Amino acid sequence: MNLEFSAEDIAFRDMVHQFIAAQYPLSLRTKAASDEEATKEDFLAWHRIVAKQGWIAPAWPKEYGGPGWTPVQRYIWSEACAAADTIPILPFGINMLAPVVYTFGTPEQKQKFLPPTLSGDIWWCQGYSEPGSGSDLASLKTKALRGTDAEGDHYIVNGQKTWTTLAQYADWGFFLVCTGDASMKAQQSISFLLIDMKSPGVTVRPIITLGGEHEVNEVWLENVRVPVSNRIHDENKGWDCAKFLLAHERSGIAAVARSKRGIDKIKGIARSERRCGQPLLNDPFFKRKLSELEIDLTALEYTELRTLAGENAGKGPGPESSLLKIKGTEIQQRVTELALEAVGHYGAPYFRGFPDDGDNMHPIGPDYAHRAAPTYFNGRKTSIYGGSNEIQRNIIAKMVLGL
Amino acid sequence: MDFNFSEEQGMLRDSLKRYLADAYGFEQRKLIVNAKSAEPSRHWKAFAEELGILGASFSEAYGGYAASGSNGAVETMIVMEEFGKALVVEPYLGTVVIGGGFMKHSANAMAADVIAKIIRGDALIAFAYAEPQGQYNLADLCTTARRDGECYILNGHKAVVIGAPSATHYIVTARTSGAQWDRDGVSVFLVDARNPNIARRDYPTVDGQQASELYFENITVPAENLLGAEGQGLSLVEQVVDEAIAAVSAEAVGCMRKLHEGTVDYARQRKQFGVPISSFQVLQHAMVDMFMEVELALSMTTMLTLKLSEPAHARSMAASATKVQIGKSCKFVGQNAIQIHGGIGISNELTIGHYFKRSTMIESQFGSVDHHLQRYDTLSLAI
Ligand SMILES: Cc1cc2nc3c(=O)[nH]c(=O)nc-3n(C[C@H](O)[C@H](O)[C@H](O)COP(=O)(O)OP(=O)(O)OC[C@H]3O[C@@H](n4cnc5c(N)ncnc54)[C@H](O)[C@@H]3O)c2cc1C
Repeated sequence: MNLEFSAEDIAFRDMVHQFIAAQYPLSLRTKAASDEEATKEDFLAWHRIVAKQGWIAPAWPKEYGGPGWTPVQRYIWSEACAAADTIPILPFGINMLAPVVYTFGTPEQKQKFLPPTLSGDIWWCQGYSEPGSGSDLASLKTKALRGTDAEGDHYIVNGQKTWTTLAQYADWGFFLVCTGDASMKAQQSISFLLIDMKSPGVTVRPIITLGGEHEVNEVWLENVRVPVSNRIHDENKGWDCAKFLLAHERSGIAAVARSKRGIDKIKGIARSERRCGQPLLNDPFFKRKLSELEIDLTALEYTELRTLAGENAGKGPGPESSLLKIKGTEIQQRVTELALEAVGHYGAPYFRGFPDDGDNMHPIGPDYAHRAAPTYFNGRKTSIYGGSNEIQRNIIAKMVLGL
Repeated sequence: MDFNFSEEQGMLRDSLKRYLADAYGFEQRKLIVNAKSAEPSRHWKAFAEELGILGASFSEAYGGYAASGSNGAVETMIVMEEFGKALVVEPYLGTVVIGGGFMKHSANAMAADVIAKIIRGDALIAFAYAEPQGQYNLADLCTTARRDGECYILNGHKAVVIGAPSATHYIVTARTSGAQWDRDGVSVFLVDARNPNIARRDYPTVDGQQASELYFENITVPAENLLGAEGQGLSLVEQVVDEAIAAVSAEAVGCMRKLHEGTVDYARQRKQFGVPISSFQVLQHAMVDMFMEVELALSMTTMLTLKLSEPAHARSMAASATKVQIGKSCKFVGQNAIQIHGGIGISNELTIGHYFKRSTMIESQFGSVDHHLQRYDTLSLAI
């Protein structure tokens, strides 16, 4: 046992740091550092730079375009990205859909979808949740009816999805739909369909969230025609894809590196903010909370490293990843909480105005303050999405403790 | 001991509740918030004329109708709790509680006149006390006031002044002597908002109010607008802020009641896995804990309300203790309300998120949990 990185890992770390320092655009850096909402172009700009380098899909097998990194190297990469405040690489295509495609897809599907996912030419959204089906995803109602016409085998899809992240930018979506009949078990009547978001009958409507962001959407599907060739895996086998994908969704959800960076930022704020002329960082009450947070993050980090070491040794991410999700999101939320606390009065101004009025004045108060409250509000999502923290605890109870 | 409202107080609550239910629903409030007007909404006139609540916390001597011999604190608590339940964004706290409080306690010669205007709905007051550098320390002042003949000359920058865009008057804290954090040397002024040398930058707040940054550049304020004695204003400020803490605590209780009720109702209706999510024990316990937090918050708010007339030391300890409880309760109740709602809790279209935003802002209004824990520590060592 030892805690050291190998010499190769250290060389690797230096290399990725150099790459980011040289290639990450300054304009994005400033934006991401202040938790500003990124635009589609922002996301794509960084995606393309990293894709060109061949590093966009750290976890993919080499044959499909992965860089062939070890889990430890992947970890080093995500640390380096967080430390430099890079715009996140969106998980929907790279981390969620692609593993389903290369695991369950046909050679044609791999050929059609993997390269443009790598390059950023396809922006993916995830169409799972429905108004009536969140935690109980298998109860979903969106219906796909099989048919044949002059243009070939297809499904006609009807239903409504919701909370679909950044669907307003999406070129394609991966959807769970019901292809069985009432006599079948829910889990055995679900299929996994890829839908072109430009298809007639697809409507995307914004849902504005607490911080005023347009990040999630309702997606309505009305008689949308989907070729059967866009189904991944067998009919009624979509649940297997979904379960497989959920495991991938959770790895990396601990966001240790991002939380570390968040704590650094809080320290910066607490050095500027003063109580009776003394930096807030010297305030024993505040300092204590910050130290507790840092210690909890260290415990999480070493838990993640142990999991990584297991993965290096060939063990896939198991139900233990629920632990990383729960603790990781709790810590992310505490980071946003403490940041809001640190900025004091200047947490209150809402400088953008409400989303419908395009108010674009420069922010009130110090630069680090104006996103603190929206980020805190928005951060409540992390314990809800990706399988809520209650559901994750149920998983540990059942799968790990055998209760 | 008696924790009951008098008959008049009960009527005050019922008529206000009825008015807000009819005229201040979520959609109506949204229109007010989105209008971002620098004028008070039409409800202000109704509060003054139809409901008469602007006089509820003033004694008869001032033309109000607080229970005789009382300080009007219970009336304020009633009004603020109902306001919390309806997420009212009208400038009652700044005008009646804070503005009225300063006028009552300072015994300024203009008090009767200003209070009469407040009760009629003609005076709107915003409290300009916070500064960019000061966090929650009321004495940390860079704004200065210098005596010049029959006037004072004020210079400085006041931060996040809630209600400033629609105010007719500001109450401004400024330093007339001493070093930046000294207790001595703090003075309080009533400033006409039309004063030409005040620059104002208006903006909405995350919880739907209107606020401003105020910049004073050599503004002239008549000496008779000094509230209390020159340089001795801090104890007056502390008294009024303790009263304001009682008021926002009551508002928080109203807000949290709604967060809790809304969550229980939603959990009963929302089905997953074929059953209402209210049947999951882990959510039941969370809702029970929320309920307990609201009860404790109400107890502390009542305690503080009834102790506002006590000597400064006891009053301030009660205020800080209450604000600690309120801050913790708001966080717990708000976060759990959103969590139990699931995705829909994050949407800006539902009321629940707006209660969460307001209660989050109350957590730190007039001082965070840490600030008041430290104030409580200091006060309890000084017994
Ligand atoms: C910002 C955001 C982005 C999202 N992005 C996407 C996306 O891109 N694509 C997509 O498909 N979905 C997305 N989601 C949806 C997300 O996956 C769901 O919100 C989540 O699954 C919870 O479902 P729900 O919101 O319907 O809550 P519900 O399932 O109704 O849950 C409500 C509450 O009940 C609790 N609960 C439910 N069942 C149990 C149980 N058995 N035991 C104990 N407690 C229980 C939950 O934990 C929660 O607290 C997103 C959500 C958010 C908030």
